[in-house]
Amino acid sequence: MATSVTAPMVGKILKIEADTGATVEEDDVIIVMEAMKMEIPVVAPAGGTVKTIKVEVGQSVEAGEELAEIE
Amino acid sequence: MESAILSGALGLLDGMFHLAPGQVVMMAIAGVLLYLGIRKGFEPLLLVPIGFGAILVNIPQAELMAEGGTLRFFYDFGIRTEIFPVLIFIGIGAMTDFGPLFSNPKIIMLGAAGQFGIFLTLLLALALGFDKLDAVAIAVIGACDGPTSIYVSSRYAPHLLGAVSVAAYSYMSLVPLIQPPIMRALTTAREKQIVMEMVQQAPVSKTTRILFPIVVTIVASIIAPLGTPLIGMLMLGNLLRECGVVERLKLTSENEIANIVTLLLGLAIGGTMAADGFLRVETLMVLALGLVAIGLDTVMGVLFGKLMCLFTRGKINPLIGAAGISAFPMAARVVQREGQRYNKKNHLLMHAMSANAGGQIGSVIAAAVMLSVLKGMGII
Repeated sequence: MATSVTAPMVGKILKIEADTGATVEEDDVIIVMEAMKMEIPVVAPAGGTVKTIKVEVGQSVEAGEELAEIE
Repeated sequence: MESAILSGALGLLDGMFHLAPGQVVMMAIAGVLLYLGIRKGFEPLLLVPIGFGAILVNIPQAELMAEGGTLRFFYDFGIRTEIFPVLIFIGIGAMTDFGPLFSNPKIIMLGAAGQFGIFLTLLLALALGFDKLDAVAIAVIGACDGPTSIYVSSRYAPHLLGAVSVAAYSYMSLVPLIQPPIMRALTTAREKQIVMEMVQQAPVSKTTRILFPIVVTIVASIIAPLGTPLIGMLMLGNLLRECGVVERLKLTSENEIANIVTLLLGLAIGGTMAADGFLRVETLMVLALGLVAIGLDTVMGVLFGKLMCLFTRGKINPLIGAAGISAFPMAARVVQREGQRYNKKNHLLMHAMSANAGGQIGSVIAAAVMLSVLKGMGII
C-alpha cells in the first residue's frame, strides 16, 4: 500500500533528501521545505521504499500537496 | 612660541586626561552590543547604531548629548517627541501580513494571554520599590516589542530608555534561548505531541483585509485612547499595504521611512547611554526584570494554551501559546522547532504564526490598556 508524503504548509521545496528507490524508516527526512524563511524537514509517515518524488527543488507547493509516495 | 606649540599639543591629549573609568566601561559595553549585532546577528539594525551611539556619547569633552550636541538633536527631535517609535510602526504595519489571524481567529486569544506577563512584571517592579512610572516602562519590556517599549519609556521614564531598549532588543533576539526551557517545563509529554489539523489557507477577501486595520484602530483606540498613536500608525501602515492603490507609500514606509528612523532612533538611544546615567544598579534591575517579564509572558501563553487544549478536547497543542508574544516571527519558529522535536510529523508553524500575529497587535493593545488603566487610577 502506498503512503503519500504531503506538504504540511505552503512553501518552497529546498532539498530532496531521499532518492527514488531508497529504503526509508518512519520519521526519516524525505524533503526539506522552506516556509516563513525557516527550514522545515518533512518526514516519512511510515517506513518503506520511496516510489516516486513528485516535486523539484525550487518548486512552490500548497498545504496538503503530495510531495512523494512511499511503498 | 615653543610653549604655545606645547600647550597646543597637550590640548590633543586633553581628552585622555578626562576619560573617566565609567566611560571606558561604557565603551566596552558598547563594544559588546556591536559584537552581538555584527558577529551574532542579534537585531543588527538596532544594535549597531545603538552601540556606536553609546561609544560617541562616552567620548570625554565631545559633549554630543549636551545642549546643541549632535546626538542630543536626534534625541530631542525624535525620542522626546515620541515621533521615532511611532514612525517605526508605520513601517511595521506595512511589512506585516495579518492574514494568519483570519485563518484561525480562536488562536488570537493566545496573543492576548501572552501579554499577561506585562502586568505581573508591573506588580513585581512596584513591589521592588521602583517608581510607578519606571515600573510601567520596565513591565512593557515583556511585550517583547521594541518600538512599544521605547514609546512608553520615552514618555514616562526617559532616564531608563537606554536600559529598556537594550533589554527589549537583546531579549527579542534571545527568544529562542529563553522560551524552550519554559515551554518544556510546563507541558506534559502527551501535550507536546499533539498534532494540529493542517491550516487551510482560507482565501481572505480583500474587503476583510482593508476593513481589518480600520476597525481595529477604531475599536482599540476607543478602549485605550493612550495607545492610539501606536495602534493607529501600525494599522495605517497595514492599510497602505492591503488597499493596493498606494504601492509607493507602502514601499516608502517599509523601506526608506523604517530604515532612516531605525538609524536615527538607534543613535539617539545610544546617546542615552552615558556612563553616569547607565552604570547604576537600577540598570541591572531593569535588565533582570525585563527577562522575568518575557519569561512570565511565555508562562502565561503556554498556560492559556493548556486551557484551550482542555476546552477543545486536545485539539490545540499548548506549545503554540509561547508564540503569543510580539517577537515576530522568532517565537513562531521556536514553536515549530520544539513541536517537531517531540513529534517529527508535527508542524505547528502556521498555527504559531496566527498566535504570533495576534501577539503583535496584543502587545500594542496591552501597553495601551495598561496606560489607560493607570490613567484611570490617577497614577499617570
